[in-house]
Amino acid sequence: MFKLIESDASQQRCICEIFVDGKPSRAMVGEPLAAALLKANCVPMRHTPVNGAPRAPFCMMGVCFECLVEVDGTPNVQACATPVREGMHVRLIHGARSIGQFGEAGQ
Amino acid sequence: MTKHEADFIVVGGGVVGASIAYGLLSRGLTVNLLDEGDDAFRAARGNFGLVWVQGKGSNSAAYARWTVQAAARWQGFSSALAALTGIDVQLQQRGGLHMCLDDSELAQRDDELKGIASTIGEPYPYEMLDRKAIQHLVPSVGPDVVGGSFCPMDGHANPLRLLKALHAAVHLLGGAHTPGHRVEMIEYRNGAYELTTPHARFRAPRIVLAAGLGNRQLAPMVGMRAPVEPIRGQVLVCERALPFLDLPTLHVRQTGDGGIQIGDSKEDVGFDDGTSLEQMSQIAARAVRCFPDIANLNVVRAWGALRVMTGDGLPIYEESSDQPGAFVVSCHSGITLAATHTEVLVHWLCGNPKPDLIAGFNTERFDVQAH
Repeated sequence: MFKLIESDASQQRCICEIFVDGKPSRAMVGEPLAAALLKANCVPMRHTPVNGAPRAPFCMMGVCFECLVEVDGTPNVQACATPVREGMHVRLIHGARSIGQFGEAGQ
Repeated sequence: MTKHEADFIVVGGGVVGASIAYGLLSRGLTVNLLDEGDDAFRAARGNFGLVWVQGKGSNSAAYARWTVQAAARWQGFSSALAALTGIDVQLQQRGGLHMCLDDSELAQRDDELKGIASTIGEPYPYEMLDRKAIQHLVPSVGPDVVGGSFCPMDGHANPLRLLKALHAAVHLLGGAHTPGHRVEMIEYRNGAYELTTPHARFRAPRIVLAAGLGNRQLAPMVGMRAPVEPIRGQVLVCERALPFLDLPTLHVRQTGDGGIQIGDSKEDVGFDDGTSLEQMSQIAARAVRCFPDIANLNVVRAWGALRVMTGDGLPIYEESSDQPGAFVVSCHSGITLAATHTEVLVHWLCGNPKPDLIAGFNTERFDVQAH
């Protein structure tokens, strides 16, 4: 559904591997993680804690908080404001995050 | 200019004014609820949402009892509102905790509550808890908490849903809600009050001034006064999380939607409802000592709001002696007291004798000569 617009800048970027819910996926170093996840068809990207409605990145500029994912164990990270790094472990979150040992993350 | 007639005009569309309007309408009276615009200082949109008994009334047994009465009525109050409006205000009233972070805080808390229990003249349900007992109730408590107090009557609700439900109730019971009208003049003429706003004139034989800090200007228009001062509180809100805190505490609570609300400060900074980094870090630091696991949460909102405080912290419920039918209602704790404002206070506003319990909540008490 989503693909990259080819440009000089995009051609200079290095391809790397990230893991989304444990599955390897190709992305470009330094691109917004939300863009990489859209290219990997991770839509919906999450479900809201209030009523479980499906959500996906909306503003892509750090404002709407709809692209929250777990990155390397840290929950509710804004994927649009997070540059891709080699070997990143991303988990899509459905529902509310947990706090420490109290309550397990909802699936 | 138009004139609008009603049995009562209530000035102030916050929780206090809307509770009173709802109570009056429930008794079959006609009401016009006048409100300012969104530029007003709105305590009802910035408060913490506790239904709280413990610790209130250390300087007044009457206020302690008034608070206990209100808390006891809350369940029925919220059920009636839900039945009428379909809005669940998310009341949870299974008790509340006050955390103490060292032994002197704990001893002071113990003294304070003992003092209230010995003067209130009726059962005052509370318990001092040691660290282990608190841990049993709230496993997420941090190692710095040495103990605290628990009161089974305490609880919390969603204050914004409450405000919405009260406004819906006013609407459903046929009341008029007229926002955007700042009252600039009140005159008594031919047996009724005429209230002038920049856009219209409103008329009613009885008026209730429940405009929070706005009562300072309004009360003198009917020969009364409302010596209330703004005391700022700052609140932080964290992102929604899975339930980790079953009971509200005085400074940290988890809302029905999973968000974590953290309060609160008490600052005398005049009419400034902003925030400050210094206060917010103190608020956050104390909360993290109470519940270390919240340290990693993202804060998504923060705000300041102004409490409506008298010098002694007690309410003003007063009818004008020169101009009967004009009432001043000024108080802090509008959420807790909403359940009794709607019933007991409204009973008095309708012309019945003022209950003994609240007889002393007038402005005469400020006239005591200083030595």
